[in-house]
Amino acid sequence: MTAFILRRSLQSIVVLFIMSLIVFVGVNLVGDPVDMLINPEADQAEIDRVIRDLGLDRPVSEQYWYFVLNAFQGDLGRSFIFGEPALKLIVQRMPATMELALVSLLMAVVFGIPLGIYAGLKPNSKISKTIMAASILGFSMPTFWVGIILIMFFSVHLGWLPSTGRGDVATYFGVTSSAFTVNGLSHIFLPAFNLALFKLSSVIRLARAGTREVILQDYIKFARAKGLAESRVVRIHLLKNIMIPVITIIGLEFGSLIAFSTVTETVFAWPGMGKLIIDSIYNLDRPVVVAYLMIIVVIFVMLNLIVDILYSVLDPRVRIKGVS
Amino acid sequence: MSASTNKQSYDLPASGLRKFWLDFSESPTAVIALFVFLIILFIAIFAPWVSPSNPYDLTSVDIMNSRLPPGSEDFSGNFYILGTDGAGRDMLSAIFYGLRVSLGVGALSGLVALILGASVGLSAAYFGGRFETIMMRIVDIQLSFPSILMALIILAAFGKGVDKTIIALILVQWAYYARAARASALVEKNKEYVEAAQCLALGDKRIILSHIAPNCMAPLIVVGTLQTAHAISLEATLSFLGLGLPITEPSLGLLIGNGFDYMYSGDFWISIFPGVALLITIVSINLVGDQLRDMFNPRLQK
Repeated sequence: MTAFILRRSLQSIVVLFIMSLIVFVGVNLVGDPVDMLINPEADQAEIDRVIRDLGLDRPVSEQYWYFVLNAFQGDLGRSFIFGEPALKLIVQRMPATMELALVSLLMAVVFGIPLGIYAGLKPNSKISKTIMAASILGFSMPTFWVGIILIMFFSVHLGWLPSTGRGDVATYFGVTSSAFTVNGLSHIFLPAFNLALFKLSSVIRLARAGTREVILQDYIKFARAKGLAESRVVRIHLLKNIMIPVITIIGLEFGSLIAFSTVTETVFAWPGMGKLIIDSIYNLDRPVVVAYLMIIVVIFVMLNLIVDILYSVLDPRVRIKGVS
Repeated sequence: MSASTNKQSYDLPASGLRKFWLDFSESPTAVIALFVFLIILFIAIFAPWVSPSNPYDLTSVDIMNSRLPPGSEDFSGNFYILGTDGAGRDMLSAIFYGLRVSLGVGALSGLVALILGASVGLSAAYFGGRFETIMMRIVDIQLSFPSILMALIILAAFGKGVDKTIIALILVQWAYYARAARASALVEKNKEYVEAAQCLALGDKRIILSHIAPNCMAPLIVVGTLQTAHAISLEATLSFLGLGLPITEPSLGLLIGNGFDYMYSGDFWISIFPGVALLITIVSINLVGDQLRDMFNPRLQK
């Protein structure tokens, strides 16, 4: 077990190293770092000073070393636009992104599991076929375009829901969120639904596949033979058993919700870190771009590591396979 | 009389292409999807000839005609069935040209990723050992990152452009092909014909390329269709965000992005219609891919 965790942690460090190298090479070697890292409005004396400060006159390997060293101390540069540490800007916007991702995850589960179970129980009914066709559409439709359609229909045409920003936020137990106010909820509904759509489709498919498999098992037959009510069979015997793959996938896919939130946040002007990176790329605010990329890579590597370790705790076969 | 001859010919073992078509046409949806896709492909290839006008010819585009609603006519009698965009370009023509760019980028990146991924997957399965372990570990690690994130990292670090977008799409996709190729090559590797080829002392390269590879094509084609649809969608997303293709190569994603700016003033057609074109393309490829997957799935074979 310890060996497994150590091996996986080592692998995560290697991935982090490679990713930092890619970002470093991309920003510092392919492009002109003077252009990218120094405020374009600086004069020559300022440029010379910053080149010395940033160590751009040193060998590349030494530059990389300092980049890593500073990163470990939480110094990923200062934003040109905001004049604040890039790390601080991103951490400030992180709660909005997390909130959006969590709400859409919730939506995907709350709508997806019942729909999937229904489609699995009655695979030939018209409603089930409609649900499955809709889930194919959900897979195929590009997120950003669905977002545009949602805004056009619910905000511009019907005028029911706002389409930009986070709305009013409230703080309870140290957590500030839009989900605590009615106005905030109306703001989060469209972007969260937009982000949830893709996950909703996969939860429906997983729940359906799981239902069709589990429904044939002996314990379901036995539960029915005992004369239990169908609703109880579904709620207790079926639901518990299909939840295992669903929860696994949800855990694994939480990271991809954060990654995809860049798209949704841009469409709905949601003030999270995804919108920040896109704005920063437009504004050539390189330190923020570099900082975002490093942070998102760290988040992903950590998520993957946690999922891997949880997996090995829950399913010993993974561990044995990993060692051999 | 004629009925019995018909029946006889039906009983004949169908071979090759004929059997393929018989299996494929079992799903009417897939046949329609294939038909739609072929039309889209035709439009994309012959865009300059089938478009009502050249949307990027500055002499024929008039800014006075900007944002005309669908089905309107300008002063010189030109008819715009899908309206015009902010610069007065005919939307229908812009979509035809956009399809060309989107499909071109998707197909090119898919093809290179297929070749790269299949080479890695096949040789990993064939040679095994440390090479296989390392390559498959890389594949696993890469697949643990969502494709949009990989593309975002590459494009944010290296800047936008046609070449960089294609490179990003290749890097995002190759791992899927590698995994599929290795999985089927592992099965093929232990079959007798490979052993026979080895006994003939044929070179490794020849065994992989002309013996194992052709037998691994079916799953790769399935992955290829579904991945190409994914690549087209991803490229559209990146171009919409302004990270993918430059404005000199207006793909569907870029057209939708342009229309997004006019949306709040109610000019829906500028971003809706390119999106519909994109959606039809992706759905038709996905439906064809789904049917191919069912056909090649041994568990579903009768």
